[in-house]
Amino acid sequence: MDTTTKNPTAPPVPGPLGAEQKRAARGATRPGDRIFLGLSRGSGILLLLIMAAIAAFLTYRAAIVLTKDQGNFFTTFEWNPTMDPPVFGIAVLAFGTVVSSVIAMALAVPVAVSIALFITHYAPRKLGGPIAYVIDLLAAVPSIVYGLWGALVLVPHMNGLFGWLDSYLGWTGIFEWQGGAPRSLLTASVLLAIMILPIITNVSREVFRQVPKMQEEAALALGATRWEVIRMSVLPFGRSGVISASMLGLGRALGETMAVATVLSPTFEIHASLLDPGGGTFAQNIASKFGEANEQGRDALIASGLVLFLITLLVNGAARAIIARRKEYSGASA
Amino acid sequence: MTHAAARAAQARRSTLQGARLPRWSPWAIAGGSVVAAVAVGLGAGLDSRIQWGLIAALLFVLGTYAIAARTEGRRQARDRVATSVVWVAFVVAVIPLASLLYATVKRGVKVFNGYFLSHSMGVVADTEPGGGIYHAIIGTLEQVGIATLISVPIGALTAIYLVEYGRGKLAAAVTFFVDVMTGIPSIVAGLFILSFWILILDLGPSGFAGSLALSILMMPVVVRSTEEMLKLVPNELREASLALGVPKWRTILKVVLPTSVGGITTGVMLAIARITGETAPVLLLVWGTGFINNNPFEGAQASLPLYIYQQYANSAGSNAAYDRAWAAALALIAFVMILNLVARGIARWKAPRH
Repeated sequence: MDTTTKNPTAPPVPGPLGAEQKRAARGATRPGDRIFLGLSRGSGILLLLIMAAIAAFLTYRAAIVLTKDQGNFFTTFEWNPTMDPPVFGIAVLAFGTVVSSVIAMALAVPVAVSIALFITHYAPRKLGGPIAYVIDLLAAVPSIVYGLWGALVLVPHMNGLFGWLDSYLGWTGIFEWQGGAPRSLLTASVLLAIMILPIITNVSREVFRQVPKMQEEAALALGATRWEVIRMSVLPFGRSGVISASMLGLGRALGETMAVATVLSPTFEIHASLLDPGGGTFAQNIASKFGEANEQGRDALIASGLVLFLITLLVNGAARAIIARRKEYSGASA
Repeated sequence: MTHAAARAAQARRSTLQGARLPRWSPWAIAGGSVVAAVAVGLGAGLDSRIQWGLIAALLFVLGTYAIAARTEGRRQARDRVATSVVWVAFVVAVIPLASLLYATVKRGVKVFNGYFLSHSMGVVADTEPGGGIYHAIIGTLEQVGIATLISVPIGALTAIYLVEYGRGKLAAAVTFFVDVMTGIPSIVAGLFILSFWILILDLGPSGFAGSLALSILMMPVVVRSTEEMLKLVPNELREASLALGVPKWRTILKVVLPTSVGGITTGVMLAIARITGETAPVLLLVWGTGFINNNPFEGAQASLPLYIYQQYANSAGSNAAYDRAWAAALALIAFVMILNLVARGIARWKAPRH
């Protein structure tokens, strides 16, 4: 008994010919094949190299300026990188970025999940498709257009709401309003919430659509109302999908530049109140300080960009890890 | 006797089918709460329509619960509240989006005409009326075109590697980092190119530098969509071709790619639509100018999204500049929407039929 009868696909003859045949089995002997494999593998490796290069270059430029920084990079409430010696820190930016994005996510997720449920479970069948299509199109509206709309349409409309929040909730301190133009972190959050709504809706919708029909029908057959069906079978099934969708939305909001840059009137201080103009975000600060920056100033902006890069990397990585753990779910077209 | 029978009949009916609100009741409650909200708003002198809307939404949800709880019982009431909350959420989401499109179209058409499309801002100060977006259209087309030329081959080849060859650790790493790459903020991509283009190579701003940053944003999108499309190609086609002795690379080029070309085109067009609206990297690397610059490899160039931002930010509240910003926004939205619609049309037209 030799190997051929046991396993007809294995190379029957050992020796110099065996290696040759092994390669033939992989289909990579012909020059065309080798070139093509090389090209496509090379592209994949190039993508990895780009990611590595992004991290490396940003770190390199950031390191140059951080050694000169006279303030504490994480706690200084100042941004004067062009001074000699430079003094700058990201405390205000980190605060503004995290607060505005988290509020945006908190505002957007319930609405987005409701719309996803609306499309999959509530809307008349004829309406569901077109609505989903419109939401898809809205995801394509460029962020600068949201920014222009936010600055010229949304901001004037926030006056009444801010006055209202101030008079009823002003005592909390968070919603206190001195009466300045409503170009504050809260306005930025509202705009960000509107912008990340489509992506959260789309991903949640894909998950809700994959809920096993049997489970829903079983619940209905037991006499459950539509809400009970959703609470007992749809939401538990879709929970991890919704979480990762929210984190993808959070990632978007963290890195959003132009919409925040047009809406916010930035200052380098942290207010307890969300309604008073002031604060800033990483991306907004880069866009608005770039014009007046010299080489050292740009390096400082790159250093803040590196922090933003790491934060979004963490958030997106976590979101993807949650999606990847759910093997049955494959609709992550973010 | 008859009284008891009637009560018994009623009880029996209610176990099978409880009292139901008429079908028109949600509409009636909605109408009633809108009227009440307007009354409260006018009465209390609230000047913001947002407040009116919030009051109406609140009244609608609470009213639905109160009315349904009295006639239908608590379970049904909860169901109705959930339904009304979902509807309210939908309306809440639609309002800003509708307002955005309405404002862009209404304010954009003011100066949107042939002159606007065919003239630059060369001799027009930002606060004066006149001028147009010709230079910005040139810039956007060139930058996006170059970015597409760079990222489509790399992205498509990567997708081919992942689907046709990819096994093991390298493929897993590429898949993961492509996912991560989709989440890179556009401004970080801009900073990356900035850090080596302007700070290390010491070259000035140019459209090409912007294209490099845009291609970083475009590549992962192309990889993702191409990958999805290649996975849809039935394995029988590959096997049939390989069984005829066709080399694998020719199988991919002549069988797999032509089968999925419709979907790949759709994905590429959607990716183009996405990067066309990117402002931040262009701001850092291309800088923008009022003059026509046809050469993407040298000197500052304009671009449509950047034009919108600069008209808004540099004009000190001039209405002429705002009008131009809206008109440019209209042009940009129209371009992106048309790309989207055409892409989806191709997807539907070329969709694999089984």
